[in-house]
Amino acid sequence: MTYFNLLILGFRETYEHWFRSVLTMLGVILGVASVVTMSAIVEGLEKAMRDNIIIYGGLNKVLIRDSDTPDYQAHIADTSPGKTLNDVYALKRGATLLSLVSPEMGHRARITYQRRSCYPSEFIGAWPVVLEMNRHTLQYGRFFTELDEREAKPVCVIGAHIRNRLFGDPESTDQEINPVGKIIHINRQPFTVIGMFTEYMTDAERKRREIERQKRNNRTGSKRHTGYRFRRNGFHHKNNVVYIPINTMWMRFKATSGADDTPEPNLTDIDIKVADLNYMEKALDQVRNILLHTHKGVEDFEFSTYASRIASAEKRIKNANLIGLIISALSLFVGGIGIMNIMLASINERIREIGTFKALGASNFSIFFQIMMESATLAIMGGLVGLPTSFGTIWLLTQLTPQQNVPIITPEALLIGLTFSVLTGIIAGLFPAYKASQLNPIQALRYE
Amino acid sequence: MALLELRDIHKTYHLGGETIRALDGVSLDIDSGEFISIIGPSGSGKSTLMHILGCLDSPTSGTLRLDDTMIHDASSRQLASIRNKKIGFVFQFFNLLPKLTVRQNVELPMIYSGHSGKERRERAMTALRRVNMEDRSKHRPSQLSGGQQQRTAIARALVNDPRIIFADEPTGNLDSHTGELILEMFDQLHNEGRTVMLVTHDPEIAAVTPRRIEIRDGKIANEADPTLAGKAPRFEQITNSEAKPTT
Repeated sequence: MTYFNLLILGFRETYEHWFRSVLTMLGVILGVASVVTMSAIVEGLEKAMRDNIIIYGGLNKVLIRDSDTPDYQAHIADTSPGKTLNDVYALKRGATLLSLVSPEMGHRARITYQRRSCYPSEFIGAWPVVLEMNRHTLQYGRFFTELDEREAKPVCVIGAHIRNRLFGDPESTDQEINPVGKIIHINRQPFTVIGMFTEYMTDAERKRREIERQKRNNRTGSKRHTGYRFRRNGFHHKNNVVYIPINTMWMRFKATSGADDTPEPNLTDIDIKVADLNYMEKALDQVRNILLHTHKGVEDFEFSTYASRIASAEKRIKNANLIGLIISALSLFVGGIGIMNIMLASINERIREIGTFKALGASNFSIFFQIMMESATLAIMGGLVGLPTSFGTIWLLTQLTPQQNVPIITPEALLIGLTFSVLTGIIAGLFPAYKASQLNPIQALRYE
Repeated sequence: MALLELRDIHKTYHLGGETIRALDGVSLDIDSGEFISIIGPSGSGKSTLMHILGCLDSPTSGTLRLDDTMIHDASSRQLASIRNKKIGFVFQFFNLLPKLTVRQNVELPMIYSGHSGKERRERAMTALRRVNMEDRSKHRPSQLSGGQQQRTAIARALVNDPRIIFADEPTGNLDSHTGELILEMFDQLHNEGRTVMLVTHDPEIAAVTPRRIEIRDGKIANEADPTLAGKAPRFEQITNSEAKPTT
């Protein structure tokens, strides 16, 4: 009963100086908002990362990459032929724990069509199996076949954004252009487009386009086409690819780069897919054994699994999270100092009042509790206002930079924000409350 | 048994290496229902004595008993409780909280003693009625005259039904007419059987009380015999209805 009334007294005090209280609360409001916003951004990043893994082929996809040979093998490093199609054939025959093996031979490319040109993010020669390996789907035409492969035909399959840039995107031309059958030039060599991949986009991107389309329809006056600003997102890479048969790549683009007038046979990548995630380690051992065989014992390759990439990405996210948390905790800390400062000023101007309280029979603890309640009220109110504010800041953030990594507010983040604000209030109130409670009643009563 | 019993109270302060004997062996008995004034020039130690009597301060040595509680060695928590339940204070500058209404000000001591809201309201109104302030219960102290503020403060001192009321220069901040009305109110409280102690430097005010204790240099210099000084109170003729504030 007593403490409830002291709480009311504390509340009344903050209400009485509402303007000062609001200013003080502002520190906590911004602090809590930044804590929640920060964790929402990190949560969004994490989700985007998980989505990305699925976009690019899932957890059981492993990349075989070149690596530096160990020092003790430096003298035999030159004997290794590097990654070649031989490896791929050997893996297909020997690595029983793999479900897919897909060679990739990359090259730099400039693609032109009439007077337009672009640079794809990935220009590779591949086997038809790459379709399954990288989880591509076709919107138009077909993928190249074993026959195209065997005859090294000048055919290509392009990503939707390549189509947009060479032939125009559907938004600005108001029509879906089917690029199949068109002849484009890749590094000045003519290629027939035989297929186009689906345009991949996130849900957020799709929603954004829908809104923009509506906006455009509502516009009056002459028709204007602004199209979409080019934005990088998780699918940017996947939409900007050009695939050709690996033999075509080899014969047309690698012919002069090899030694002894033979085309350079080296692959840039070998992608493998492990049949069963539980046997990942065993499968990788198998692959290692086979590759050591074909590479004449030189260990000039390494595996990049998504698991290891997740680990490193998670580490980075964790670091970002920690830094963000420290920064937002700092702003809460500043808010706490603001509270402490105002409480100290407040008790200083109320010394006589506190003396009166004591003369009327307030125990030290009552005074302590009363001042604590004032500071806690400030902090809790600040926290409660800060939570909706965080929704506001996140909305503002997504408006300023509509991106794929949409921040996600979790209930935990809200709880943490509120808890932190309460803690801030309590910690900030401790010293002023203690100071007030220890005032000598006589000196306090005489204080002018 | 006396209500308050002081035996050989000493209080010394140390200020910059100098020892100041604020009280130097004070012994005093105060019975229930007495109307006393402590008088003395400033620096005589009368305020220190009141603070010790009022449990705001503890003596350096000596014993002090209020009712059956030994106060000189009570904890600060016990002292707070005694101040709350057994002692009422009236200050020179009223010390009302400007943010609270008159009634809420009077309720304050009961918040610390943990009374329920309903009981607090009722008792506060009773106390305000006692000082003719019930029609101002919703006003803020800043809307009141000095005399009304002091009457509110008296109501606040009365509300927990204390054993003794201390008034420290209660008329010091009032004009002489209002001051007399306040003194008359103390006299009425005395007539109702309450124990009241005035602390003042003004012999005229001290003359109101039947018993006067003069403090000089930390000692009781002269105590007028209550039987000799027990003349009729000066304000007998003035009735309550005339006690309207002029300020």
